[in-house]
Amino acid sequence: MSKLKVNNLSCQKGYNLLFENLSFEINSGEILKVSGPNGSGKTSLLRIIAGLSSFESGEIDYDSFKLNSDAYKLDFLYLGHLATLSPELSCIENLKYSSLLGNESLENDYSIALKQVGLEKYENDLVGTLSAGQKKRIALSLLFISQSNVWLLDEPFSALDSKAIKIFEKKIEEHCKHGGMCILTTHQECNIENLKEISL
Amino acid sequence: MNIFFTTISRDLKMAVRNPSSFLNPLMFFVISISLFPIAISPEAETLSNMAPGIIWVITMLSVLLSLNTLFHYDFDNGVLEQMIISHHSLSLILLAKTIAHWILSGLPIIILSPFLGMALFLDSKSINILIVTLIIATPCLSLIGSIGASLVVGIKNSGMLLSLLILPLYIPILIFATSAVSHAQSNLVMDGQLYFLGFILILSLILTPFLSALSLKISLE
Repeated sequence: MSKLKVNNLSCQKGYNLLFENLSFEINSGEILKVSGPNGSGKTSLLRIIAGLSSFESGEIDYDSFKLNSDAYKLDFLYLGHLATLSPELSCIENLKYSSLLGNESLENDYSIALKQVGLEKYENDLVGTLSAGQKKRIALSLLFISQSNVWLLDEPFSALDSKAIKIFEKKIEEHCKHGGMCILTTHQECNIENLKEISL
Repeated sequence: MNIFFTTISRDLKMAVRNPSSFLNPLMFFVISISLFPIAISPEAETLSNMAPGIIWVITMLSVLLSLNTLFHYDFDNGVLEQMIISHHSLSLILLAKTIAHWILSGLPIIILSPFLGMALFLDSKSINILIVTLIIATPCLSLIGSIGASLVVGIKNSGMLLSLLILPLYIPILIFATSAVSHAQSNLVMDGQLYFLGFILILSLILTPFLSALSLKISLE
């Protein structure tokens, strides 16, 4: 049973204090939605937890792992609002490289992951030739091969159609039912069961 | 080590599919050097005296031109962030990217240099030494340049800033490399210069991946 605990976290960008003394905890099997207006620090919060940004004060505790240690990084999957895909590479080449960088599963699963998001026909197409929604689907197809316990998803449903949103909502629920946890930010309505919510 | 070789082959594959990123600096290298005989003098003696300086200055500038692309594309599409939070060593990934950059910018210069050396009337012994200096020192240009490229990665139109940061660090390389070729032309011993270039290469290989990783983390915060 894993637990991610954020204690009295404060974040400042330039002269702007984004949030102060933010505390919450999330356990295995839970999904946390971070909501708030534009510029309230949702992305900054996810980047801090992912180890990409620094913070002014506070603590992040995940199963006693040190923030940014290899063990910590192995357990986290962060997908920002950028597609994290290189336009000169094919869908499968991008997936292979992304999974090598992260903690993802074996080689023969890539085609299955693309099939799950309805892009099996585009396996060898260059990402640069695809639409924004298709790129987002490929980026999120990593969820189908991810072995990380904690998913940090920044605006995962932007540019996606309703069918694709349902696929990924289901996948997130499934991940959490199997003991994973997920923190996501979105401005869209979520049809996910047992969703916890915090506001910034 | 899988990540190291995969990153090199990925970057090479991307460059082949988007060739302008590495062909433009190479075209600059060839065109600028071939303009010198027209602009200065077609006389063999004048050109051969100036050849080491011309070739090395243009080499430095063309590597500098290509440095902007080292991290730029991966920054724009968010892959650089994934590299930072990866459990693999960021220094190792950046070293792989820098080696790919050298294969695309330094190696073609080494291959082209004998022909351009001949065009500037360098004798065969000096051409050999020129190639040796390029083999030792062009990796240093990419390695040292990677620190500057990682520092300015988030800044738009950072070409001038990158030059200001990196050019002073290139000066020792320029001095020793041109001096080695000039000594070869005058039949003098040039071992000292080559040893110094070798020392800079070893130092760059050891230090720059860590410094680039550190700079990149700061830039992307």
